[in-house]
Amino acid sequence: MATESQSRSASPPFISLPLVLGGFMLLAGASYGALIWAPTESTMGLIQRIFYFHVSSAWTGFVAFTMVFIGSVAYLKTRALKWDWLSVASAEVGVVFFSIVLVTGPIWAKPVWGIWWTWDARLTSSFLLWVLFVSYLILRTLVDEPERRALVAAVFGIFATLDIPLVYFSIWWFRTQHPQPVIGDGGSLDPRMWRVLLLSWAAMLWVMALLIRVRYRLEATRAEVDALRMQEARGD
Amino acid sequence: MSLAQSTGVILAKELKTEFRSRELLGTTLVFVLIIIVLFSFTFNPTASESRRFGPGLLWLAFLFAGSLMLQPSFLREQANDTLSALRLAPIDPFSILAAKMAANFLFLLLVEVILLPVFAVLYNIAILPVLPQLVLVLALGTVGLATTGTVFSAVAAQARLRELLLPLLLLPVLAPVLIASTEATIGILRDPSELSLVWLTFLVAFDVIFLTTAWLVGEYLLEE
Repeated sequence: MATESQSRSASPPFISLPLVLGGFMLLAGASYGALIWAPTESTMGLIQRIFYFHVSSAWTGFVAFTMVFIGSVAYLKTRALKWDWLSVASAEVGVVFFSIVLVTGPIWAKPVWGIWWTWDARLTSSFLLWVLFVSYLILRTLVDEPERRALVAAVFGIFATLDIPLVYFSIWWFRTQHPQPVIGDGGSLDPRMWRVLLLSWAAMLWVMALLIRVRYRLEATRAEVDALRMQEARGD
Repeated sequence: MSLAQSTGVILAKELKTEFRSRELLGTTLVFVLIIIVLFSFTFNPTASESRRFGPGLLWLAFLFAGSLMLQPSFLREQANDTLSALRLAPIDPFSILAAKMAANFLFLLLVEVILLPVFAVLYNIAILPVLPQLVLVLALGTVGLATTGTVFSAVAAQARLRELLLPLLLLPVLAPVLIASTEATIGILRDPSELSLVWLTFLVAFDVIFLTTAWLVGEYLLEE
């Protein structure tokens, strides 16, 4: 018994210091790059600098949603609950990153376009994507039994992620038939801007991995607590 | 028993259950009618506006109808736990899902075909010359609606707040179908009428992708 409790207390903490420090350094570097080092965009001015966080958050959100797909398929194949924990952690973090996209977008659009929002192809699809995964999270809250929840969430998760490309294609074709203001990155990016964007993406991916890790451990702990409660209720 | 045979038997059972009471069909018909009437209050349709906005309203009404009509598909089985009985049968479990999809497809298509002339009269749209194209788009869009809707109805049946949950799951996933079928219908009703191959292909792609997915993951859903 003693060894068991020892091994449990010796399990690694939720977040290790080097991981957090690494994330801070990457974020600091990305902020310095985005706010100071990158050249100011000629027509939009300073507000364009939000682009580094906006675009990298969107890319990171896509990575997180892809992990929902991987987790869902793996759960259906293996029935190991750890894959379900990965799915829920990724979905939540993906929703957070897409919330950043949906908030930073209008902040940028107001001074540049003069309006907070337009039903442009990319805006509409990002919005729909966000709604799709919020539905996924709501579905999870409405099923209590862990295996059942994992199963229905996996099925819906697969449908939702397969829907992403369809959403993008349909809205893109739809909007190109009806001319709309086009997001202006038709020209080529300054190489320094590219470097800052990629650094921001690296920082966001690091934060994503960190958050998913914490959320995954939380889910694992919850499952453990539930199992212990069940054990006690049975009187073992 | 082969997949086709068992699907056929269960489909016959679904149709028999519904046509004994016809309550689902009747209620859905009236529901769509109500939506169509209410839409007329939100804008005062002239003939040219009807051609432009009508198809979108019609498809939105069908989508709402579907998200309510597909609800009982699995709930009906819960009352007497008949789903367990179906599962015990020595048949491919996918045939249960396939039969329910086929039944829902037929119910929805029936509602749509009945309501199409009503809609045409109310919104002054000439549909007779373009009927075959319209029915093709209706059928393709309805396959997508029935496929995803039946799967999500099985998902929602296992959750709390299921009446609210099904539209919540279904409508965002079906947004591409709404866009594609609305745009295809607008093209057909335009003067001169044209059948958009892009949107037809898109609808076929949507149907194939989600039919395949339903076939791959569907049996897991029916597990106890």
